[in-house]
Amino acid sequence: MHGLLVMYRKELEDHFSSTRFILLLTVILMVSLVTTYMVGTGLRKELEGFAKPSLVFLLLFTSTGALFSLVQFIAFFGPLIGMILGFDAISRERSSRTLSKLLSQPIYRDAVINGKFLAGLTIIGLMQLAIVLLISGMGLWVLGVVPGWEEVGRLLVYLVVSIVYIGFWLAVSILFSILFRGMATSALAALALWIFLAFFMALGSSLAADVISPIPPGQSSDPSAIIRHERTREVVSSFSPITLYSQATATILDPTRNTTRSLILMGPMERLSLSRFQNPLPLGQSALIVMPHLVSLMAITILCFAICYACFMRQEIRST
Amino acid sequence: MDNVIETHDLTKRYGSQTAVDRLNLQVARGEIFGFLGPNGAGKTTTFLMLLGLSEPTAGSARVCGFDPTREALKVKRVVGYLPENVGFYDDMTAADNLRFVARLNGIRDGALAGKIEEALGRVGLLAEGRKRVGAYSRGMRQRLGIAEVLMKDPQVVFLDEPTIGLDPDGTQRMLEMVRALSRERGITVFFSSHQLDQVQRICDRVGIMLQGNLVGVGPMDDLAKRKLGVDQAQYTLEEIYMRYFQEGVPAAS
Repeated sequence: MHGLLVMYRKELEDHFSSTRFILLLTVILMVSLVTTYMVGTGLRKELEGFAKPSLVFLLLFTSTGALFSLVQFIAFFGPLIGMILGFDAISRERSSRTLSKLLSQPIYRDAVINGKFLAGLTIIGLMQLAIVLLISGMGLWVLGVVPGWEEVGRLLVYLVVSIVYIGFWLAVSILFSILFRGMATSALAALALWIFLAFFMALGSSLAADVISPIPPGQSSDPSAIIRHERTREVVSSFSPITLYSQATATILDPTRNTTRSLILMGPMERLSLSRFQNPLPLGQSALIVMPHLVSLMAITILCFAICYACFMRQEIRST
Repeated sequence: MDNVIETHDLTKRYGSQTAVDRLNLQVARGEIFGFLGPNGAGKTTTFLMLLGLSEPTAGSARVCGFDPTREALKVKRVVGYLPENVGFYDDMTAADNLRFVARLNGIRDGALAGKIEEALGRVGLLAEGRKRVGAYSRGMRQRLGIAEVLMKDPQVVFLDEPTIGLDPDGTQRMLEMVRALSRERGITVFFSSHQLDQVQRICDRVGIMLQGNLVGVGPMDDLAKRKLGVDQAQYTLEEIYMRYFQEGVPAAS
């Protein structure tokens, strides 16, 4: 146990004193602050005249600023944070020949990998918390609206989901750092995986749906065929943690959203009633909707870390 | 005299290649044992197996009575290892490096400063203790490696090519430290080298490894008698070694 604590502490010290971390933190905080400031001032103008706006606080996070909303920024940049923190975890030890030294001390071998992962996760958690708190503070100042408990709860769930999601990318980059000798190779491999999941999954899922449950050519308006096609597409795309994350955060941060499905076949009457009765969901109900996503994300992250663990424990360590 | 290191038919195979072939070795407490052999003979692999860093394909070993495969932690508590290219965290100071390793070894925070100072003083690096290790010369790194090993008060020390790349003064100091380890502290030193004149100077017994086989082991006098038929100080270890090397691995009987 003490081996793990010593490793964890040292990794944390290394992270905090590294230029990499400071740069990362500065960039993220700057972008977040600027985006939110613009969103905030925009909102304030819109809200003039409302007696008591409710559920406005979350709009701070989800409305689009000049180019993107804060949530979109984190969704895009989060994997990069995870990858930057982890890509040289083991390769760095190998190249400075400290790995064999570490493993000849009386600590369990898994203390090394666990310490690195936990330290990375702590850094991610701290960064996320800093962003959320800073933006909330700025929102209080700009908007003048105090968040209610509902909104605080939603933000907490968002925090947890984000940490798990970025933790997944941390695990991926540590895995590649174990498998590949060079730091550049492991960084590129993680990046390649991210690009694949981000950009090609959409195509891939449509393709898979076309193959598995195709819509026969003559029946393009047959509802059951369309539904089957869409279901397959959704299932395939939910293999990507990016999809899981974006759906989960969109649902949790938008109280009026009551489904993660994007395809809703509605007649004109239904559309009318929907637009009239925009009842926001309570936190518990929203959480129920995203629970499967959260569980899947956690499972994927833990699975990825388990693969890291197994690979590291089996590798042979030489100092030359 | 009890044996701190014992191996029985210790074997390591990588696929079809045998790195260490049925090694039977005993090293007694307090002695300085020199492990000789050309590059690739299996010396480093033997070290790794004795430390529990590599799993043997067959056979067994005992270090201070513990089995390195099953009780690796107990072995690592009593054995200090100085690998061939010792690595440090270059952006940390020497004292910080030692502090980290001391913590990993379970040394309490209160005792840390004292132990670090003692270890640095022992190897003559007290003045440079606060410098970044990135600025250290090779000789200083080797000495720092010894300091690290000394801090855990080991019973056995494995040194893998400790004098390679050192200038003559550094070599002299290293050998003196090794001898002092054994004579003053009763530590068993198991060290590998192919700088035979140095080995000749300090070792009690030597073992010669060729292609994974231990072809000769014993005090230098015994080896000289066996190979050269002389029992006087007319031989050099180099001559004995070259004789073994040229004869190669004896065919299995």
